[in-house]
Amino acid sequence: MTLTHLQRLEAESIHIMREVVTEAEKPVMLYSIGKDSAVMLHLAKKAFYPSPPPFPLLHVDTTWKFKAMYDLREKSAEDAGMELLVYHNPEAEEMGINPFDHGPLHTDMWKTQGLKQALDKYGFDAAFGGARRDEEKSRAKERIFSFRTASHGWDPKSQRPELWNLYNARKKKGESIRIFPLSNWTELDIWQYIHLENIEIVPLYYSAKRPTFEYEGGLFMADDIERLEKVMGKRPEITERSIRFRTLGCFPLTGAVESEAATLPEIIQEMLLTTTSERQGRVIDKDSGDASMEKKKQEGYF
Amino acid sequence: MTRTDLEPIYKTDALIAEDIDAYLEKHQHKTMLRFITCGSVDDGKSTLIGRLLYDSKMIFEDQLAALENDSKRVGTQGQEIDFALLVDGLAAEREQGITIDVAYRFFATESRKFIVADCPGHEQYTRNMVTGASTADLACILIDARKGVLVQTKRHSFLCHQLGIKNLVLAVNKMDLIDYDQAKYDAIIEDYRKFAESIGIENFTAIPISGLAGDNITTQSENTGWYDGPTLMQHLEAVEVRSDANLAKPFRMPVQWVNRPNLDFRGFSGLISTGSVKPGDKVRSLPSGKTSTVKSVVTMDGDLEEAISGQSVTITLEDEIDCSRGDVLSAADSPPEVADQFESTIVWMDEEPLVVGRAYWMKLGSQMVSVTVAEPKFEINVNTMDHLAAKTLELNSIGVSEITTDRAIVFDPYSENRALGGFILIDKISNRTVGAGMLHFSLRRAQNVHWQAVDITRDDHAAMKNQKPRVLWFTGLSGSGKSTIANEVEKKLAIMNRHTFLLDGDNVRHGLNKDLGFTESDRIENIRRIGEVAKLMTDAGLIVLTAFISPFRADRKLVRDMMGEGEFIEVHVDTPLEVAEQRDVKGLYKKARAGELKNFTGIDSPYEEPEEPEIRVNTVAMSPEEAADYIIKQILPLK
Repeated sequence: MTLTHLQRLEAESIHIMREVVTEAEKPVMLYSIGKDSAVMLHLAKKAFYPSPPPFPLLHVDTTWKFKAMYDLREKSAEDAGMELLVYHNPEAEEMGINPFDHGPLHTDMWKTQGLKQALDKYGFDAAFGGARRDEEKSRAKERIFSFRTASHGWDPKSQRPELWNLYNARKKKGESIRIFPLSNWTELDIWQYIHLENIEIVPLYYSAKRPTFEYEGGLFMADDIERLEKVMGKRPEITERSIRFRTLGCFPLTGAVESEAATLPEIIQEMLLTTTSERQGRVIDKDSGDASMEKKKQEGYF
Repeated sequence: MTRTDLEPIYKTDALIAEDIDAYLEKHQHKTMLRFITCGSVDDGKSTLIGRLLYDSKMIFEDQLAALENDSKRVGTQGQEIDFALLVDGLAAEREQGITIDVAYRFFATESRKFIVADCPGHEQYTRNMVTGASTADLACILIDARKGVLVQTKRHSFLCHQLGIKNLVLAVNKMDLIDYDQAKYDAIIEDYRKFAESIGIENFTAIPISGLAGDNITTQSENTGWYDGPTLMQHLEAVEVRSDANLAKPFRMPVQWVNRPNLDFRGFSGLISTGSVKPGDKVRSLPSGKTSTVKSVVTMDGDLEEAISGQSVTITLEDEIDCSRGDVLSAADSPPEVADQFESTIVWMDEEPLVVGRAYWMKLGSQMVSVTVAEPKFEINVNTMDHLAAKTLELNSIGVSEITTDRAIVFDPYSENRALGGFILIDKISNRTVGAGMLHFSLRRAQNVHWQAVDITRDDHAAMKNQKPRVLWFTGLSGSGKSTIANEVEKKLAIMNRHTFLLDGDNVRHGLNKDLGFTESDRIENIRRIGEVAKLMTDAGLIVLTAFISPFRADRKLVRDMMGEGEFIEVHVDTPLEVAEQRDVKGLYKKARAGELKNFTGIDSPYEEPEEPEIRVNTVAMSPEEAADYIIKQILPLK
C-alpha cells in the first residue's frame, strides 16, 4: 500500500496545523473564501476532528467581494463550528477607498494595512494563509513558516531553514508567523482534492449566465450594479454571458473567463486544457513587472 | 531532435478531452516523489528543471510568452529559449544571475507528482543543500560533461549521502557539447564510481543527458545510441519512494497534540513516521514505557482499519495512560531508545559559530529540549572528506560531536528513522535555527542497560595483576613495523610477568569487525570498536597493545577520550614513506601504486602524524628490539 500524492499532501498539511496550535500562543486562520481557503479550512477540520479547529477564522474584508462569497463565508464558519472575525480597515472605509479611483492603494489600504491592523488588534501571533508555492515565481522559495517582524515586514535574509518536517516556531514578543500549510499543493491538486472530498466552494467558480461588462480590456461581472455606477460615474454596459472565475478577489479586480464548465470535472478539464496561468485574471501582479508580488510581500501583503 | 524544436514531448493527455472522469480517477492514484537537484553554478540545473516543467506541460502560454521575451532580453541562449529563466526567483538573485536559496518546483506525469528542491551550487550554501536534501527521496547530481567530476560534485554527493538519500542519479549533462562521446562519458562514470565507493555510496544511476537539447530527458535520444538505460523521467517515475521503505519498520508516532473535545474522548494526534497501526495492536508510550492497546484510529472520514507511515491520524487507547506532546507511541515489542547523550553529525547554519557548552533548544520530532554540544571530535572538509581538528563549527561546516540533552529523549538512529533521528538546533536568544543534526547512537545507553553494580572493581583487577592497566596505541604507516615492535614489547612484558593482550588487524578484522568494510563510516566504527574492547580489557586490568595504521587524528582522539587519564599511550612508529614502501613486506604498496588498492594510506589517502605522541620511535635508527626496550623504559614503572 502506497499513499497517493493527495494523501501525502493532506497528511503534511495536517501535521503543520497541529504544530502551530501547540507552539503558537494565539493562532488564527486567514480566510479569503476562495478555493484555497476552502481546502485549508477543510484540512483544519480534519486535523483536529472530533474537536473543532482551536482557532477563529479571520476575513480581512475590502467590502468589494462578490455577494456569493459573503454568503459562503457565514455558512462555512458555522458548519465548522468556528468563530468568524471580519475586519474592515476603518481608514479605508472612511476614505471610501475603491478599486476604480485608487488603483494599487485599494489593495494596500484594505488588504495590506487591514491585515496588519487586524493582527495587532486581536494579538494573533500566528496566521494560516492559503498561498501555494506554484502560484508565482517568487513564492517558490517561500518557507512554510514565514517570519514577520513586529512591524509585519518580511526580510528574505532572516527566514529560517526548514529541514525534514521540523518547524521552528519560536519568536520574540511582537513578532509573528504566517504559516502556509498548502505550500506544496498545486492548482491541480487543489481542484482534485475539492472534487474528491466534495468540498463546498463559491458557486462563481462554476459557469453560469451572469451580467458582465468590459473594462480596460478585461471581462468583469456586475455583481453590485448600483455601487459600480456610483464609483464609475456611469452605468457600465451590461451583457449576459456564460462566465466563471478561476480565482476570486474583489469583483472589480477579478477578471472572468467565458466558459461552459458547470461541474468540477469540467472545470478541471478546462484548467488542464487551458494555456494561461491562474493569476493572469488578477490585476494585482501586473503593476510593476514580475517582481511585484515579492515587493508586496516585503510591504506586508500576504 | 534539434535544439529549436520546442514542441513539448509530454503532450496533454488525450483522456482529458475525451473522458475527464476517467482521467481524474487515474490521477487520483498518483504517488509522490520528492527529489533534489544539485550541481555547480554552470552545470545547467535551472535549465534541466525548466526543461522538466516544460516537457511535462507545466508551463502556460502566458508564461511561455514571457519566457520567450525574457530569453531574448536577458537570456544566455541568444535567440533561443533560456529554460533557466523559468525557475529564477527572487529579484536580487535574478540580477546576480545565480540561485541562492532552496526553491521548490512542481510537475507531474501520469503516474507521479514530483516536488523538486532546486539547490544552489555555490560553496557557501551547504546549508541550503542540506535543507533540500532533508526531505528528498532521490538526488539528481549534475555534472557538466566537459568538466567531469569536480570538487562540487563530490561535496554534493557527500552531503546527500550524509542526509541518507539512497537513490542517487548522476546526470551527465551537456552531452551535446561533447558530441555525445561515449568514451568521455564512460570515463566520467568510472571516475565518479571510484569516488562514490570511497565514501560508502553503494550504487547510483548514471544517465547521459542534455537539458538544453532534451536528450534522454523524457525520450530516448538517438544521439546516444550506445546508452540503453532509462531516460531521466522514466527513472524518476520508477524509483521506490522512501515511504514504502518506512512501512516495513516498527510502528512509531510522535504525539503532536492531545485531542480532548470532551471528557469522553482522549485521542493522541500525530503523523505516523514508520510502520503501521490498527485497533487491537499493543503499543508502548515512550519515555514512560507504559503499554496499552489501540482502541481506534480516528479520522474525520471515519475510523480506519489500519493506518500507515505518512498518514496523520488520531489514536485512542483502551487504558488511561499518561501521554502528551513530545511522547512517542510505538510498537510495544520494539520501542525506540531513550537516552540523553549521543554522538551526532551536526551541520552549522548560522553566521554566529557554534558555542561549545552553550545551551541551545533542540527539536526532534515533537520533543523540545535543552541541549549542549561538546567540542567537535572532528570537522569534515566537504571537498576532500578529510577529518580536521576543530574547536567549533562555523557557517556551512559539518562535524561530529557529542551532545547532551537536559532530559532523556526518545530517538532512533537517523539511518533507521529520519523522523526520530533528525533534529534542529535553535538559538535561545535570537530564536534562529542555527544548526541541524543527525543522531548516530546513544553514548550511555542509560535507560536500556543498567550498570550492574560490581563488587570486584577495576582497581581490584589491576591490583591482583600487580600492574597499572593502560593502552599502548601503536600508529604508523603500513610496513612501518607496528606489529613487529608491539610483538617485541609484549614478549618482554610477559618475561616481566605482566598480563597483556595484543589487538591487531588479524584478530580483530576476522571476528569482531568482520561485518565492516573500508568506507569512511566503517573505518571510524572499526576504530571505535577496537577502542571499546581495549577499554574493557583495561577494566579487567590488562596492558593492551594495539597495532593499527589508524591514520586520522580524530579517530585516535576518539579512543583517547574513552580512556582514563594517563591510560592512553600513543606510540608513533615513525618510518618515512620511502622506507616503508621499500620494505613493502606484504606487497601492498606495489598494488596501491598500480591502482589496484584504493584509499591506501600514504599513497592516495593521508596519514595524519600524531602531534604530541607520548612515545615516538624512529625505526630507521633503531632495530625492533631496541625500539621495544625504549618503549618499556618510557612506561616504567609498570605498577
